Amino acid sequence: MRIGLFVCHCGNNIASTVDVKKIVQAGLKLPYVVFATDVDYVCSAPSQKNIEEAIQEKNLNRVVIAACSPHVHEETFRRVLKRAGLNPYLLQVANIREQCSWIHDNVIFATIKALDLVRMAVAKVSHHEPLIAPKVGVDKRALVIGGGIAGIQAALDIAEGNIPVTLVEREPTIGGAMAKLDKAFPTLDCAACILTPKMAEVNQHENIELMVYSEIEDVKGYVGNFEVKIRKKASYVDYEKCVGCGICEQKCPSKASSKFNLGRGDGKAIYISFPQAVPKVATISPKHCIYFQRQKCRVCEKLCPADAVDFKMQDEIVTERFGAIVTATGYSLFDYSQYGEYGGGRYPDVMSGLQYERFLSPTGPSKGEIKRPSDGKKPETIVFVACVGSRDEAKGRPYCSAVCCMYTAKQAILTKERLPESQIYVFYIDIRATGKLYEEFVRRAQEEYGVQYVRGRVSKIYTDNGKLKVRGADTLLGEPVEVDADLVVLATGFGASKGASTLAKKLAISHDSYGFFTESHPKLKPVETNTRGVFLAGACQSPKDIPATVAQASGVASKVLGALSKDQIETSPLVAAVDARRCIGCFQCLGVCPYKAIEETALNDGAKVAEIIPTLCQGCGLCVATCNPGVISLNGFTDNQLISEVEAIVKG
Amino acid sequence: MSRGNLEPEKEPVKNGTPPKIIAFLCNWCSYVGADMAGTTRLKQPEGVEVILVPCTGRMDPLFPMKSLVEGAEGVLVSGCHPGECHHQDGNLYARRRLEVLKGFLPFMGFEEERFSYTWISASEGKKWQQVVTKFTERIKSLNGKKD
Repeated sequence: MRIGLFVCHCGNNIASTVDVKKIVQAGLKLPYVVFATDVDYVCSAPSQKNIEEAIQEKNLNRVVIAACSPHVHEETFRRVLKRAGLNPYLLQVANIREQCSWIHDNVIFATIKALDLVRMAVAKVSHHEPLIAPKVGVDKRALVIGGGIAGIQAALDIAEGNIPVTLVEREPTIGGAMAKLDKAFPTLDCAACILTPKMAEVNQHENIELMVYSEIEDVKGYVGNFEVKIRKKASYVDYEKCVGCGICEQKCPSKASSKFNLGRGDGKAIYISFPQAVPKVATISPKHCIYFQRQKCRVCEKLCPADAVDFKMQDEIVTERFGAIVTATGYSLFDYSQYGEYGGGRYPDVMSGLQYERFLSPTGPSKGEIKRPSDGKKPETIVFVACVGSRDEAKGRPYCSAVCCMYTAKQAILTKERLPESQIYVFYIDIRATGKLYEEFVRRAQEEYGVQYVRGRVSKIYTDNGKLKVRGADTLLGEPVEVDADLVVLATGFGASKGASTLAKKLAISHDSYGFFTESHPKLKPVETNTRGVFLAGACQSPKDIPATVAQASGVASKVLGALSKDQIETSPLVAAVDARRCIGCFQCLGVCPYKAIEETALNDGAKVAEIIPTLCQGCGLCVATCNPGVISLNGFTDNQLISEVEAIVKG
Repeated sequence: MSRGNLEPEKEPVKNGTPPKIIAFLCNWCSYVGADMAGTTRLKQPEGVEVILVPCTGRMDPLFPMKSLVEGAEGVLVSGCHPGECHHQDGNLYARRRLEVLKGFLPFMGFEEERFSYTWISASEGKKWQQVVTKFTERIKSLNGKKD
């Protein structure tokens, strides 16, 4: 065995706390290490070339690289080994940056620890065997979860790459939050005018299958071979037959509040979300339907010219196969009723930004006229409050929601255009306007439209004589402010979409404590997740505006097209295997395997033993720990390898 | 640079050496969390050394046991939060085994407190820092009692 050791300085990222030269000296004394050297940046192209040459010249057959986390560059170095003619799995990375130099100040202790980590890697690599990655076929179809602008853009871009896409949306129409907007900053284009053509394109695209009012029930499998169960919820209207004429909605005698208008404005039990809905079909909400509640009515059924209403409809579950999955599930708005000091949702004239947007929209509850919900009067003084449920530790939302400053400026401008006489105040903490043309846009609101920006938080909103008293402080003037307002708009921040953590579990991806899905690398892998074949687009990953969402969605499409461009993909060879001669056929392993990768098989003498199918195995090692006679081993994580690591740490 | 003279059984913490703790971390969550703690430069005790496992479901109670027998002063296992296991429910199998192991430790002559398992997600770098710092303090005070 001939092990080569390469220790990275990483500029001064490692070298400032770990004595790299000493590691090299000490490393040379470790068993089987025949070559050791330090390198400035081991990941750089010349260094990679040097490693290749060293492998060939020194006839190395195992390589240890002490550098950054294996999650960063393990694949890079495996390719180096491959180029040098060595099996790529004869590599071990010692994580002396993220888990050593960056977390310690004391050079002596950090160096001792780095040496421990190197010793561990050397001990482990000497147990490595050459491994061949198995290949599996790829289902060249993509699943996009969520039909907002992120999902729409991703689906269209993937479909244009000639890959069939299934777009699943849980509401009866696609369009998401963007469909609820009147205008979009900073150019004030009409949101519907730029969105609805894309929605129609999704509906008509030959490569896109649209499944609205459906949710993901279960996900199995792995990259290239996902098996997904999708629940088509009972809409009680046959979407194939419905022509979207809307007679049912007109004649329905029920009363409900409009979900699309976020509870502001009236709705019906049978509804079409908005005039440009795609698909334009009606859906019945059983909670509000008179027939479901009292077993009589059925007016819609009688009047439907297409005979589409079907009160007997049941949920249906379909199973489909995909090679890649995109989650584009968007966000939910912070529930402002948690702010007791702002009325806790008791005042009808205090509303969220998105609710106000519906009042601005021609398809909204007031047909685009700005009116007070309480008495229908035109408001004269309107106060916008920024950072409601953002940058507020006390409410568990320390982060910035990235869009509220901008949509507040937009709504202030739109209000001024329609009510030029109105007085508008914006209470803010800081203005965050970092996008292209954003700062100019906010300036326009202030200078051209005369919107009064007051720097300070609002401490209390209460009613007095039919007016909303907004009390706060102007922190620039250092004095308290009180405004008599007719209408207050709270710029509520972004949270994770409802059900995000449940979906994350089904997809085996992780999320942060707020429910936003975690990308594989915050800078370099912003659309990948740690589960190969599952990707992220839009606000499900973090709050972001439309331009950033669309950019990410197109980025995701390129990743999906890349992943699905191959006929076969290599799966990890770090899988488990049974030593059939020693297997006693108890099949405990069969019961615990989460991937159904273990089967019963018979040996020549008829003895029944367990067999692991390498392409199904995902290498979790649960069977290994379960096997009583200890005849299963997991490549890369054998008992001997793990124990050799333990010994290297404590005995070193 | 050899650690031979610092063997914990012989010289527990007298010279200010941080106690030697082995942490077995799941590749999908806690290992990434620990990396994130590094990326954000969250300072931690130097005695904690990480062994990567593909899932806490891989954890054979033998590994923590062997660690303590060979001279580690503490052992920490960390995986995905219950219900969030990358491999469905390997962490729950791990919990059962490790819970049994805990009860077995005093029988083998180790304080139960020298072993702990916890759940840390890929985004909880801060939590990882807090867990290792607290655990190190706990091991230090156990070592103190021994003296």
